[in-house]
Amino acid sequence: MYVAVKGGEAAISNAHRLLADRRRGDRSLPAIGIEQIVAQLGLAVDRVMAEASLYDRALAALAVRQARGDMIEAIFILRAYRTTLPRFGYSKPVETGVMLVERRVSATYKDLPGGQLLGPTFDYTHRLLDPSLLGDEPVDTALERDEPGEPVMRVSDILAGEGLVEDDGNLPEGHVAGDLTREPLEFPMARDLRLQALARGDEGFLLALGYSTQRGYARTHPFVGEVRIGEVEVELDMPELGFSVSLGRIQVTECQMVNQFKGSAKNPPQFTRGYGLVFGQSERKAMAMSLVDRALRAEEFGEDIVAPAQDEEFVISHSDNVQATGFVEHLKLPHYVDFQAELDLVRRMRREYEERADAVMRDAAE
Amino acid sequence: MTPDVPTSAGLATYNFAYLDEQTKRMIRRAILKAIAIPGYQVPFASREMPMPYGWGTGGVQVTAAILGPKDVLKVIDQGADDTTNAVSIRAFFQKVANVAVTTKTREATIIQTRHRIPEEKLTAGQTLVYQVPIPEPLRFLEPRETETRKMHALEEYGLMHVKLYEDIAKNGHIATTYAYPVKVEGRYVMDPSPTPKFDNPKMHRSEALQLFGAGREKRIYAVPPYTEVVSLDFEDHPFEIQTFDKPCALCGAENVYLDEVVLDDKGGRMFVCSDTDHCEERCANGHRGHLAYNKEAAE
Repeated sequence: MYVAVKGGEAAISNAHRLLADRRRGDRSLPAIGIEQIVAQLGLAVDRVMAEASLYDRALAALAVRQARGDMIEAIFILRAYRTTLPRFGYSKPVETGVMLVERRVSATYKDLPGGQLLGPTFDYTHRLLDPSLLGDEPVDTALERDEPGEPVMRVSDILAGEGLVEDDGNLPEGHVAGDLTREPLEFPMARDLRLQALARGDEGFLLALGYSTQRGYARTHPFVGEVRIGEVEVELDMPELGFSVSLGRIQVTECQMVNQFKGSAKNPPQFTRGYGLVFGQSERKAMAMSLVDRALRAEEFGEDIVAPAQDEEFVISHSDNVQATGFVEHLKLPHYVDFQAELDLVRRMRREYEERADAVMRDAAE
Repeated sequence: MTPDVPTSAGLATYNFAYLDEQTKRMIRRAILKAIAIPGYQVPFASREMPMPYGWGTGGVQVTAAILGPKDVLKVIDQGADDTTNAVSIRAFFQKVANVAVTTKTREATIIQTRHRIPEEKLTAGQTLVYQVPIPEPLRFLEPRETETRKMHALEEYGLMHVKLYEDIAKNGHIATTYAYPVKVEGRYVMDPSPTPKFDNPKMHRSEALQLFGAGREKRIYAVPPYTEVVSLDFEDHPFEIQTFDKPCALCGAENVYLDEVVLDDKGGRMFVCSDTDHCEERCANGHRGHLAYNKEAAE
């Protein structure tokens, strides 16, 4: 009897049919709409956009629905779509200093120009299950400012006024920002590429690494200079027109971490910085990213490299969850050819072992 | 805020063989460089593919870049055309390139493979595309890419020989049974991808072009036709391939690679060809193994 179970086209197509059935679930319930996912599961949509590196809420919501809520699967689907899109060029750097802020908090100043704005945060909520959300009870509309507040200057600019913090990194003249989705990765990396990798890196992985720096594995003495969430304008230079045009607004979360100061014989002491910037609203990711960014700058500051979070090859090679999940899950593909080769060797070695043991027994008996 | 929900017509349509022509050009350049420097790993800007990393994205990108409308494609996994991932990749190219497919090794112009080289000798004009998980043969001796690239540049392969020597010292054998390192044209040490070492001799002076794609690790390398591919060994411990005690239970073939199939819970086993096309062709030509008769009777 030949029992080897070989997969076939019919098996695959039936499995996918079952998947579609499970995805739809109970047919007596209405199907969840893309608009509902965007409106009510917005932070899931934001995470998919951020880690897929594609700013499109509707497509991200479609991916979330298609993936049955599996975030990494949704990120994967959206990335595979992104890679087929043409790239027009680089936008101008977004100016987060003129962001329309919805949230802005600083841990380094009690009050500051623009004030502390809590925005739509989970902070200070009590994490008690809310029975009112079991149904569809009416929700009060949010309060809004009547008039725009004062300009919200960046904390880094406040510190920079006194020269107390390093300035935005300077890249060499004529440096074109890298793009790791178009060029092969090479180590060591410039900081722009590293930040790109972190911005699309797995939130959980960066969270754990950032956390490890706080627990003493490459401690960087971080203070949240500020976290801000809001909309910024994306502009593209049009060489044909001779001026730049706006492509629209995107929501981003920016974190400026103010870290351990450095000084030398030549330079007076000043604080260093770690930076995080993420699509949508994702404070956890932006903060973790800025911790890891700072840790990865160890070499630049002449710090000893002693912890995983400081190790560029380790961090960047393993931060991409689409790569990680693919390779981990590929282990379920058939490997029987290789396993056969191992079986053969182990059996041969056991045979030799037993022969040796027998020989020893014979010698002892004689 | 209500998003603009796209209609199905608003989503992108895909180019022939999925990748856009710019990307194909980039991959072809990497392939040409790889052919020019046999065994050298060329970095390339690997794209996200619609299948997971680790499931053949490197091989798929290489195939997509070299595939033309007149090609005949064969896809195997573990030597078989009907394993699920082979079925899936074949269906992908039928869908995005509408290309002719076959299970016959002889008829194929491009063969994409995972973990095996077909038993039948490949001929001039054929291209074998390997799916590679970890392209770096030195990776498990030195995890850092910056270091291993230096070692290749300096032709510093002592570490690999020490590893093989330690195997012999500890186990009496070289304990590498698959992904067995080879030296290409006397220069680069190369990972043949996780094929069993049984297949290594087939790479040596092969008439076919051999291309290797590692998508997640973003590397392409190549062995052009008629290139020297020598498995690393020692004078007193020469390279040996696996041998099987019995011939294939279905077609009676000897000197082929066999899969072990567990028949029952009482230790019953049978050994059958891993290369399904080779096995089927032998059966069609009247060759019979000791279990073949039973199989027919059962049907």
